[in-house]
Order: sequence, then structure tokens, then C-alpha cells
Amino acid sequence: MGSYIPSTIAERKSMLEFLGKTSMHELFNHIPAELFLSRPLDLPFGLSELEVRKKLEDLADQNGIFKTIFRGAGAYNHYIPSSVKYISAKEEFVTAYTPYQAEISQGLLQSIFEYQTMICALTGMDISNASVYDGATAAAEAVLMCQDRGRNQVRVSAAINPETLKVVKTYCQAAGMTVVMIPLKGGVTDTEALASSIDDHTAAVLVQQPNYLGLIEDCERIGEIAHAASAKYIMSCYPVALALLKTPFECGADIATGEGQPLGIPLSFGGPYLGYMACRAALLRRLPGRIVGETTDVHGERAFVLTLQAREQHIRREKATSSICSNQALCALTASIYLGALGPSGLISVAEQCHAKATYAAEQISAVAGFELAFSGPFFNEFVTSCPIPAEELMDQLEKKGILGGYPITSGVDQIALGSSPKSSDFPVKLAKANDPSVNLSTAPNSLSKLPENAILWCVTEVNTKAEIDQLVKIIKEVTGRCN
Amino acid sequence: MQLIFEKSRPGRGSGILPESDIPQALDLNEFGKTSSAFGEIPVELRRKTKLNLPEVAETDLLRHYTQLAKRTYGINDGFYPLGSCTMKYNPRIDEEIAGLSGFSKIHPLQPKHTVEGCLEVLSLAEKYLCEITGMDHMTFQPSAGAHGEFTGLLLIKAYHQKRKDDKRRKIIIPDSAHGTNPASAAMAGFEVVNLSSTKEGLVDIEKLKEIAGEDTAGLMLTNPNTLGLFDRNIAQITKIVHDAGGLTYYDGANLNAIMGIIRPGDMGFDVVHLNLHKTFSTPHGGGGPGSGPVGCKDFLAGFLPEAPEGIGKVKAFYGNFLVVVRALAYILTLGREGIPEAAQSAVLSANYLKKKLSDMYEATSAEPAMHEFVLSLADLKKQCGVSALDMAKAILDNGFYPPTMYFPMIIPEALMIEPTETESRETLDHVADVFKTLYHQALENPESLRHSPAKTPVGRLDEVGAARNPKLIYRPQSDGENRPGIEEEAVTSR
Repeated sequence: MGSYIPSTIAERKSMLEFLGKTSMHELFNHIPAELFLSRPLDLPFGLSELEVRKKLEDLADQNGIFKTIFRGAGAYNHYIPSSVKYISAKEEFVTAYTPYQAEISQGLLQSIFEYQTMICALTGMDISNASVYDGATAAAEAVLMCQDRGRNQVRVSAAINPETLKVVKTYCQAAGMTVVMIPLKGGVTDTEALASSIDDHTAAVLVQQPNYLGLIEDCERIGEIAHAASAKYIMSCYPVALALLKTPFECGADIATGEGQPLGIPLSFGGPYLGYMACRAALLRRLPGRIVGETTDVHGERAFVLTLQAREQHIRREKATSSICSNQALCALTASIYLGALGPSGLISVAEQCHAKATYAAEQISAVAGFELAFSGPFFNEFVTSCPIPAEELMDQLEKKGILGGYPITSGVDQIALGSSPKSSDFPVKLAKANDPSVNLSTAPNSLSKLPENAILWCVTEVNTKAEIDQLVKIIKEVTGRCN
Repeated sequence: MQLIFEKSRPGRGSGILPESDIPQALDLNEFGKTSSAFGEIPVELRRKTKLNLPEVAETDLLRHYTQLAKRTYGINDGFYPLGSCTMKYNPRIDEEIAGLSGFSKIHPLQPKHTVEGCLEVLSLAEKYLCEITGMDHMTFQPSAGAHGEFTGLLLIKAYHQKRKDDKRRKIIIPDSAHGTNPASAAMAGFEVVNLSSTKEGLVDIEKLKEIAGEDTAGLMLTNPNTLGLFDRNIAQITKIVHDAGGLTYYDGANLNAIMGIIRPGDMGFDVVHLNLHKTFSTPHGGGGPGSGPVGCKDFLAGFLPEAPEGIGKVKAFYGNFLVVVRALAYILTLGREGIPEAAQSAVLSANYLKKKLSDMYEATSAEPAMHEFVLSLADLKKQCGVSALDMAKAILDNGFYPPTMYFPMIIPEALMIEPTETESRETLDHVADVFKTLYHQALENPESLRHSPAKTPVGRLDEVGAARNPKLIYRPQSDGENRPGIEEEAVTSR
């Protein structure tokens, strides 16, 4: 019913006449009849705008919006300033195509150049691309960048986000690379185990900072080990945490990647998000995706353009660094507006508040009987505790008060690392990807870090107030006290 | 115009966060402190480099981006005939729906009973898109067309591996294909076999018969192809590949020409990817986010990323969900009658404009056009030296976006025009007039085209210089010496 075709039926008829045709069907006359769908599409009839709105609002209403969120595990509930939402909705940015014609795309190109600069400011790296699909594919693309003759193996910390690991495995399998897990010790990457097992087949070492369990890794030490074996070093980092933590550059990383969703992008049931990728200048020609560079126009004025395209699929075809074409440009723009809105002191404040509030929450939660902190190392804004009752029972009670509690994770880092879905199985059934049996089990870590029974991964951000944390702790006490 | 970094003034900013209601566990000014207080981040793990983000007031920020927006050409600025990109109007209702908090505020790891609405969105989108493509299942994990290609090719690879048919390592791809096709095939670990086209720009059946064999894993094809031509031998083509034991992959970039009328599944394709940001009208965002769902026939369902023994995930969580929401709103709006009507009108627009230009510009094929057509300016260039690039730049001065240039690669001086169904007859008439005027101008005063554009915010760019001396981030001049220059490592092929 709704239609976005401007021409009236009469106009279409006259256009057909111009072509010497009497009907739309004649436009398809050269196609063999047996190829046509011989019946109408089995779809509902078109709806008016009003009806579409009603139908989809009804679907949106079937979802539960949590007023308070203490869950992260790869998607983070940060405050998004109004200016970010407003600017990123500007129709020129929303509706433009990839800026092929630079002369009328300077705004977009400049915004990407600014984004690249901001990503380099955060990570300390020399260069950044214009984004990839998400943090998981960014890590996977980074691993592929490091593949070299004779070096066909990537060592991945067992404390990497399981979603990232799954994607890295898929990409590696396609490229003929092997994924070898690095075991954990005290919840962080076991540097001794890495040092003793790394060899000259290792193309790269991949760690996450802070790691999946929320802990801050000694990334500098891991980098030394990687480089001593002449392997490349990749760090996948929570961008907000980089306001406080040693930059990937300072840690010696060759490539910094991560999930940019925390930088002003809504939770959105998992996407669209933003994969950022930055690296040392030496790896420039291996970096996949669009890159914007500064140049001059015929009048000598500063201008921006898509550059170094000889890396890309439309020029190099099967020899390209990646097949990526469309990326997440609008999400990259959103992240740069966010970083511009907050500025350095604002971002540091977000990071400090995340950390301070998480620290408070950890203190309060771990004071409740049966809720012990699983690890003693420093963390950023996520931490793991035990739970004296099945985690789901606690989550159900929290949900009744509008709180999305921490994420119940499986009892055993091995299983997390291998990507089995959480015991609570909150994943939608159809969407859940069960443990991938094609994973090389011989590479599973002999982990020294066991998670407690009913482990919960809690997340606290700047939006959580002290009152919310106190309420959370109160409910935890009530629920577990009653059960005891 | 200035960069946001050049507008930065120390101390500027806007009050976005309140003071923390919890005392700081970390005091950045006390770097020397070694207290091991609970939760404290040790000094040796802390950042030492200054965080060089811009410091701007909210007014500065808004004005900066408004200026940038004015220097960006969007779909509502006018005609946008980028061939193979399907730049149709992006309905505003779809944006509003995607912005509903019931979708945008949902954490991907919420309990299932709190995300039933999201699941219903995915389920409806899968049902409708399967019906439109003639497929049985669909995954929404792929984030863009090329990502879909990679995923679809992994399905084909997994299929052969499961059958222990290990010699099937080659993917056949026509020379007219999008560059993403061979690049994705290489990423998926295949060898690419180039299939040259006939002089009409279609698949050379005899060559295909020669190439297809026991090492063939599959064929990737766009139909209509990148010349905007429908390959009427398609049933024979897919049969040749199937008979040789290979599978067939449909690149859905050009589905807008046939949606609701002809289905890839009925043409004999086993795997399909769609570009929701083309055919289903979701905005392109200046280069993304898109969405490239992959559909397959039943016998491949066990290999989908979500399947227990599938190829594995290609993206965290469930794909670019909010893009799927927009596409669903679009499909519900058009419905069973509107989908084919849009395809017909897209084909009408293309043929109408093609005919209007036919007396001057050389059409590259005698075959009827579908949703797009390709002009070659080779003759014009011979006559007066004006290239496809010159023509495109002159179009910029006439207020609309130029067609895709120099693609497909098999056509010299190509301009590929896809008007889409959402352009009015007046627009097409105006565009035809501009093309005609420029044609005469090219013959009479070629220099004027070579110096265009003159009315755009910047003139032609030094692209060679940009690549030769890469300046990829902003560095204040005082800071220039502190950073290493671009020293590249020799690139070894993977």
C-alpha cells in the first residue's frame, strides 16, 4: 500500500509509451517465461505508514527495557549525550553513499579523517582505518593481517570475549590459520605459559584489555613475549578504559582493535556496532578497509580523499587485504561525535566513574555471604563473583525490580574460551551457537583459573548510581538470605 | 574548513556527567602513589600519554558537524545514480522505528523472554526475505554484502568438506563481477577462476562448460549482472555448475531489478546474499552500517553460523539488528504488491533514461536493460579527449551525484547508471538534458570539462599525492617531529 514511487500510473504509462511498450510486463519480455514466479509473493499486502508504525511499535513493546543494567560482557550501557543522537541523525550523514566523489563528500571524508585521528589518540597507534563491522571482526581481520609465510598460528588469550573468539576462529579456519589458546592464571593470561609455548609458527598473539572477566592484563609483558618470538601483537581494547589504561602503543602492540559500541552507540540488541582498527605505520599496506587521507585540491586547498585503495577489493580483487567494502561509517561518525562531545576530561571522567562505581559495587556485593570475588587482580568496570544460589534465580528476582543483573557465566574458563553458551542459556534458542565441535580440542587451555559455581560477570558504568548499586545489594541480600 | 582539533581550546567542554556519587578509587594526579587499596589500578598499568581529544563547547560541536553535513551529499540532496548501489529513497518512518527504545535499548544478552519482539523481527524478516529470494533459511549475522559473500562461500566450502570432496577448491567468477566477489572467495580460502564474458557482456556458456569440473566448488553470479543485463541462459548456467558438482552463489546486489518477479532460488541458486542497504532501502550511512543476510536452500542449513555444526559465527551477537528492523518496516510497507511494483518501476526508470541518452551515448549492449545500464565514453574520448572521469566531475557542477565510474572493468570509460524507482519522470528528464548538454560541451569545449568541477566546495583532488605521501591522521605542526614517519614493511602476499 505504501509506496515510494513518485510517478503516477499515468506517468508510468507515458514512459512506457516512450519505450514503445504497453505494459510493465513487456520490460521483462526477453526473460524466459519459466523463470517468473507464477504466483503473487506470499507476503502480506502493503500497509500504510500508520499501520506499519503500529505493528512495529507493538513488536518493540514486546521487549523488556531494563531501567537499570549491570550487564556488559561485550555490550555496554553508557550515557549517550543528546548532541550525539542529534548530530548522527543528520540526513546527509545517514543517507550518503561511501564517499567516492570526494568533491561533494568533503564533510563525510573529513569526519572519517577526524575519527581516524581520535582512534589513534585513544590507542596511541600511528594509523587507523575508517572502521570495520564490529569488535569481533576487527580482531579477526587483525589476525589475518599477521599471517605470514611459515607463521600460520595465532595465540589467543583464553580470557577473550567468547563472541570475539568464535569470529576469530571462523576467519582463521577460512584462511587456514590455527587458533591456539593461552591458558589463564588468576583470571589473566598466563604469561609464563605463553613464553614457554610460543614458537616460530606463531604469527600473532591476541589479548583483550580489560579481559572478558573484567581484569586488567599486564599487556606490556605479553607484548614482550610476542615480540621476542618475532610474532605480531594484537590488543583488543574497551575504548573507554583506554582513557585510563596504558595505551596499546605503550604496551608495544602492533595492532589495536576493539568494539567501539561504548562510544555513543546504543545497545541495539547487538548491532550495528563499530569495529575499530589501528596499527603501526609499518603495517599500513596490510590494513583492510577504507582509509581517508589528507591531500590538496587543484587550488592547493586542504582536502580529504579515500586513499591507498590499491589494498582494496575493487582494485586488487582476489589479492586484496580483505573483501570488506561497506563498513560502519555512521557508527564511526557517532563515536567521533561522542568523543568530541565529552572531550579528554569527559572521557576520563566516564572511565573513572565506571571504575570507581564498579569498585564500590564489587566491595558491596562481595560483602554479602556467598558472593566472593573470583579474582584478586585489578579490574576496570567488570568483575566476577560467585553466587550461593543458581544465578538464574537471582536474575529473575532482579528482573522483577527492573534490573538486568550481571551475566551468568559458565563454571570453567575452558568452556568460556571454547565458546559454549552460558549455562543460563539466555541466548535465544534459534540464535544460539552451541559449542563448535570443529574447534581443535587439543589446543584447549589447561586453565589454572577455574570460575566458581554460578559465576556472575557484573558490569557497572557511569550511568549506575550509588542508590542503584545499594538497591542491587539489598535485593541480593534478600534473595540469597531467603534461600539460605 | 578547520578540523575539530583546530577548533579545540583548552578547558572547553560541556557538562554531561554529574560529579560521581562515589569517591574516586583512582587519583590520576598521584602517579607516584603505590597504595594497594582495594580496586586501585596500579600505576604501571595506567596510561602515560596525554589523551589528545578535542576540547570544544557544545555550540562548537554542533556547528562543526552542521558545516560537515553541508559538505556532504545525501539522498535528499538529489539524484544519486550510483550503479550497483541502488541509492533509493530511505523512508523516514524506518528511521523512527529503528530508534524506538524497545529496539535500541535492548542488551544483546538479555533473557530470551525479554527479547521476544526482537526475535519476531528477525523471524518475520527471515520469512519474507526467504519468500522473496526462494530460499529456505537465512542468517542475519553478515553486516554487509562482502561479509555475506564471505559467509555464503564458507557454506559452500563446508558443504564440500562435509562430503570429503576436498579437490573442490575453485570458485568461478565472471570478469564483470564486483571486486568483492573474488576478494571474498580468496578470504574463504578458494582459488578464483576468471570467466570471461561474451561480447554482449553475458556468461560465455561454452567457456563455462570448459572450466566447470571436478575442482569446481561453485560459481558466483549477479543476475542481472553489473552491466544491468539479465542473463537469460541462467537456468542452463546453474545446471552446468550443478552437473559438475559445484554449488551456485547469487550476489544479491542487483536484486532490485527482479524482486517479487523472479527469484534466485528458482533460477537455480543455492546460496544468496542480500544487501538490505540497497534493495530494501535502509540508508547507507556514508559507507555503512549495511546488512548482508545470507539465505540458503535446506540442504545447506546445517552449515549456517547458528547451526551447531555450522561454519561458526561471522559477527558478534546477531548482526546489524537495527538495519534489519528498517528493512522489515520497508517490506511491510510495500507488501506483496509493492515489492514487484518497485522492481518494475526501477527497470522502467533505467530503460527510460537509457533511451533518452541513446542518440548520443554509446550503449554497451544491444540487450534490453534491467535496473541499470552502462555507457561507454570511449568514442567520445577518442573524439575530444573527454573521459568518463571528466564527465563525472562536470556532472558535479550540475548538482547531482555522478554515476559509478570505470566499472565494470570490462567496459572502457564506463559510466554505470542506476536511477532506481524513487526518481520522478521530471528528474530523469532533467538528468537526460544535463547529459546532452555535457555531450555537446565535450565536443565544443572539452577543456571546460577537464577543469570541472568549479562549483563544489573543493576542486579536483591530488589522489596520487594522497597515496604517495599518506597523511592519515591530524598532527599539530609543533608535534610533527615527535612521531615516527611512515615506514612500511614489505608486503608479503598471504
